[in-house]
Amino acid sequence: MTGYDDGQPRMGFFTDTSVCIGCKACEVACKEWNGVPENPFAWTGESYDNTSGLGANSWRHVAFIEQGGGQFAAGSGESTSAGHSASAGQSAGQAEDFRWLMSSDVCKHCTTAACLDVCPTGALFKTEFETVVVQEDVCNGCGYCVPACPYGVIDRREEDGRAWKCTLCYDRLKVGEEPACAKACPTDSINFGTLEAMTAMAADRLDVVVAAGRAGAQLYGDGPSGGVDGTGSVFLLLDDPEVYGLPPDPIATSKDLPSMWGAAAAAAVTLVGAVVAAFVGGRR
Amino acid sequence: MTAPGAGGRGRRRLRGGPGSVVPAAEIRTYYDRPVLKQPVWTWEIPAYFFTGGLAGASASLGAIARRRSHPLLARAARRIALGGVVVSPALLVSDLGRPERFHHMLRIFRPTSPMSVGTWVLTVFGPAAGASAVLAELGWWPRLQRLAETVAGGLGPVMATYTAVLVADTAIPVWHEARHELPFVFAGSAAASAGAAATLLAPAAEAGPARRLAVTGGLLELGAAEVMRVRLGEQGEPYRLADAGRWSRAATACTAAGTALIGLGGRRRRAAAVVGSALLLAGSVCQRWAVYRAGFISAADPKYTVGPQRRRIEERG
Repeated sequence: MTGYDDGQPRMGFFTDTSVCIGCKACEVACKEWNGVPENPFAWTGESYDNTSGLGANSWRHVAFIEQGGGQFAAGSGESTSAGHSASAGQSAGQAEDFRWLMSSDVCKHCTTAACLDVCPTGALFKTEFETVVVQEDVCNGCGYCVPACPYGVIDRREEDGRAWKCTLCYDRLKVGEEPACAKACPTDSINFGTLEAMTAMAADRLDVVVAAGRAGAQLYGDGPSGGVDGTGSVFLLLDDPEVYGLPPDPIATSKDLPSMWGAAAAAAVTLVGAVVAAFVGGRR
Repeated sequence: MTAPGAGGRGRRRLRGGPGSVVPAAEIRTYYDRPVLKQPVWTWEIPAYFFTGGLAGASASLGAIARRRSHPLLARAARRIALGGVVVSPALLVSDLGRPERFHHMLRIFRPTSPMSVGTWVLTVFGPAAGASAVLAELGWWPRLQRLAETVAGGLGPVMATYTAVLVADTAIPVWHEARHELPFVFAGSAAASAGAAATLLAPAAEAGPARRLAVTGGLLELGAAEVMRVRLGEQGEPYRLADAGRWSRAATACTAAGTALIGLGGRRRRAAAVVGSALLLAGSVCQRWAVYRAGFISAADPKYTVGPQRRRIEERG
């Protein structure tokens, strides 16, 4: 798919939201390293989240979700009934009535990347690490990648008219360094390595978290199946993806191109038919 | 829009449309924030959908009119196509974030990008339609003119429909889920506008085929748009909301009235043909704006993104 055959394995993130403490060091480190402009500051009133989402000027975004009053499956009882030992973490019987979810979101670096598929200039490309990167000197700001991304990640920067998103610190990877966000993360919520290692780590971690009684815990973006054929950003979430603002079943719509061009061809033929028919048997 | 108290995330209800078998479902969201980004495209893009479609269908009309011994109708259609291809690239370049880099579109040909395909179609179609019109006016190089006319006439239907694939190949539900109907909406809209414009510009004695094309196109546009909205079901709700709803209703009203006027009175009464044509042109413009604006509404509300995806997961089991 990428045209590289140099033995370089695919690199990626594993973001373990169960140990995220919401410090936003990833947001800051990303901005510092990549020279990402500041956002106009405004209090959103949405817990501690004043970044609100990924965008041209936010390549990491920490989500804060406050849940209580039966909004989540408080798991300890369920976990013991599922056969796991209740010893891991929580004392059995102590019901949770409130929890605070935090998750650092980032570009998914899709295997089938819709942004890349629709880019008409070749500005978006797959690197040797199988990450998806915009070449800022090529992008002419056509904006097609923006509505194409099923995760709503990439956006056009108003001030300079070009599309921007996480590069997975391509410059750092080139010299064997880990991305700035992973480097700065104090709890190892953000892990970086070969995608194979990240996927394995995510699966192991899920077992631990489920054993500890987190009933809603699930992996997101793992494995090669699904609408974008897998991602380079694996997440361990404690609730459904949409709770974090993530699409539960995203697809790269470029996969439907054959049927879309088929419909367009049929419509084009219909148009020709209408023109030809206009001249048939007519009175002037 | 956040739930009060400890509930930090939004909860929305997505109801099935009228007659929908889909039950009202509870949608969980992140503070009701959109999952998708809004398109950054501005007014130039729906305007280009109109001018490109008008130019495309007109080029085909002109090419066939000349072969069917309607020289004055052919001339009118060539001039309309020329107007369309002069305006279209300017609209597209002006919409870019970096207009001075418009030529970066010509660095590559990417079959998976409808915009790249469209760029190359326009790059061939534009000069062909332009040369066809200009050479015919000047009477120079008739064989080259015929060649240009044939190329433009052949690519015209592609010009009129590829833009539907362009918007359908996005994550925006109201566009992508209409991927099988949008090309017919755009083809009908282009045919209606080309027929209407030629009815206005061609002498009445040769305008018969233009009127018939206008009527066929108007009916196709109305029918395809209705089928699209019905098949979209609850996902088609943006076509009933806010400005998209107004554009959509205006498109239906103008196109229906224009089609009826030309179809019933266009042959005998010049006034009916003129007013009907103006209505069809307006209807075609409104149709493009309805589709364009519906995309913004569809992207802005996470229920359109999350609801169907969650159902898809549940149906898979």
